[in-house]
Amino acid sequence: MRRLLSIELFKLKQSRSAKILSIIYFVLFTFTALFATINFDFGSINFRIADQGIFNFPYIWHFNTYIISIIKILLAIVMISMITNEYSNRTLKQNLIDGLSKKEFILSKFYAIVLFSLASTLLVFVVSLVLGLIFSDYTEIGIIFSELEYILAYFVKLVSFFSLCMFLAILVRKSAFTLGFVFLIYLGESILGGILRFQAEDFLFIADYFPLNSMSNLIVEPFTRLGIVKSATAQINPDFVKDYTISLFKLIIPVIWTFIFVWGSLNLLKKRDL
Amino acid sequence: METILSIHQLTKFYGKNKAVDQVSFKIEKGHVYGILGPNGSGKSTTLGMILNVVNPSSGSFSWFNGNLNTHDALKKIGAIIEHPNFYPNMSAIENLELVTKIKCLTHPNYQEKLELVGLWDRKNDAFKTYSLGMKQRLAIASALLNNPEILILDEPTNGLDPQGIHQIRAIIQKIAAQGTTILLASHLLDEVEKICSHVIILRNGKMIYDGSVDAMNASHGYFEVAAENSEKLEAFANQNEAFETVIKLPNNLYKLILNKPMEADTLNEMAFKNDLVLSHLVKRKESLEESFLNLTKNEAQHA
Repeated sequence: MRRLLSIELFKLKQSRSAKILSIIYFVLFTFTALFATINFDFGSINFRIADQGIFNFPYIWHFNTYIISIIKILLAIVMISMITNEYSNRTLKQNLIDGLSKKEFILSKFYAIVLFSLASTLLVFVVSLVLGLIFSDYTEIGIIFSELEYILAYFVKLVSFFSLCMFLAILVRKSAFTLGFVFLIYLGESILGGILRFQAEDFLFIADYFPLNSMSNLIVEPFTRLGIVKSATAQINPDFVKDYTISLFKLIIPVIWTFIFVWGSLNLLKKRDL
Repeated sequence: METILSIHQLTKFYGKNKAVDQVSFKIEKGHVYGILGPNGSGKSTTLGMILNVVNPSSGSFSWFNGNLNTHDALKKIGAIIEHPNFYPNMSAIENLELVTKIKCLTHPNYQEKLELVGLWDRKNDAFKTYSLGMKQRLAIASALLNNPEILILDEPTNGLDPQGIHQIRAIIQKIAAQGTTILLASHLLDEVEKICSHVIILRNGKMIYDGSVDAMNASHGYFEVAAENSEKLEAFANQNEAFETVIKLPNNLYKLILNKPMEADTLNEMAFKNDLVLSHLVKRKESLEESFLNLTKNEAQHA
């Protein structure tokens, strides 16, 4: 495993586009977090997003993982190009001739995916922790470290999304088409979901099993929850609550998709002549 | 003798098209083999199958008597195919470092290999700045990095200028002289003739010859003769049983193909005794090219 990871990191280190995109990603990452701390000063109105309660523990875990996961598309481009470049430079062929097995090739890519996801997850944890410690109204240890399942969900979300990208990259072999394909799947899922919602509501649960849907269901949007938190003090109305929690079941679906994508990538590669 | 590679009934279909048709041969250690065949005869496909990048439709092959699985065996060989594939942004050294990681090598001698192919001065330049000849030479350096049991070269001089071709050939001959087993695929006959001791000839995916280069043009050669009196020469040649066939060439030249060894002076003496004065006498041996064309022609007639 260390050998495969060192091979992959060596390739990434020498690729300028991968380096630049990764840097942009992590800079954007920090900026997204810092943006909230800016003090908007419009004369008499002094407004700071950080003071609106979004950085309260444990809500911050939910909010940050949701917001930051939007820019995962940048890392996805790195993952896609690291595979499609192997096709366009024909280095995949050379790697295999040099004695890398097809399984090792896929595994080295998958390890890179896990490593990048882990780095991003660690960063989201550290940044949220720091922001929370600065701005949160509650800083008891018990509250700080509650709802950490959002961090786990964030990690699963990244790994499964990048695995989907890897599979599509191996399938279509061109980076631009791969990105288009991801968008196409998104469109397809939306349309199918819409049809199910309005024509066959009994089967709507199927939509939860679609790959992209299952990934986005992991972390539900946190905005309405913020409203609820605010109004909760005024009126207690528990009947109207959206399910924001992360169940084991929700986690398992994208994990299964990840296995399918990795297994599918390997089989595609094995079946093809290069 | 140690067998490095044995191929058994290897076959590859591309759709309905048979690219390689039941090819079987063995590679023994220490020889230089040539796979010869026109473009599209299945050379590259055959090499692709033994190098794990093309899936065989049927048949089998085994490296080192089947003691290793294919991708581990590939770590012990060196191969370059069609044109050199490296990471464009990496320098020569970095590309070689990557190969070192993939092949699990310990302390390879980068300097020795790069000096052998004359790239040591450019070792830190990005691969994309190299000319085709330099790329091809880097590919050879990379293939030699693990001191391979066998070096596999697919059309190594393809697309190079005469100087580049000469450089590559000189390098291959140097490597062959060191006793490395080589398998060279080419459609250039003189290339194979100059370097190889054994030859495998493919045509339309079928193997039509497998043996030594010497055995392939084992004919006794032929004479090219002319005389003032052509009719008398023709009659003389037809009477003599040493000549298998007599072919009339333009300009009153005759090609007398031998079926047993005979020297030029013997023929001259015989002619003189028959009151025949030869105005032109050359003894020639068939080139590999002619043998090759003969072989492929025969095969076409059989088909």
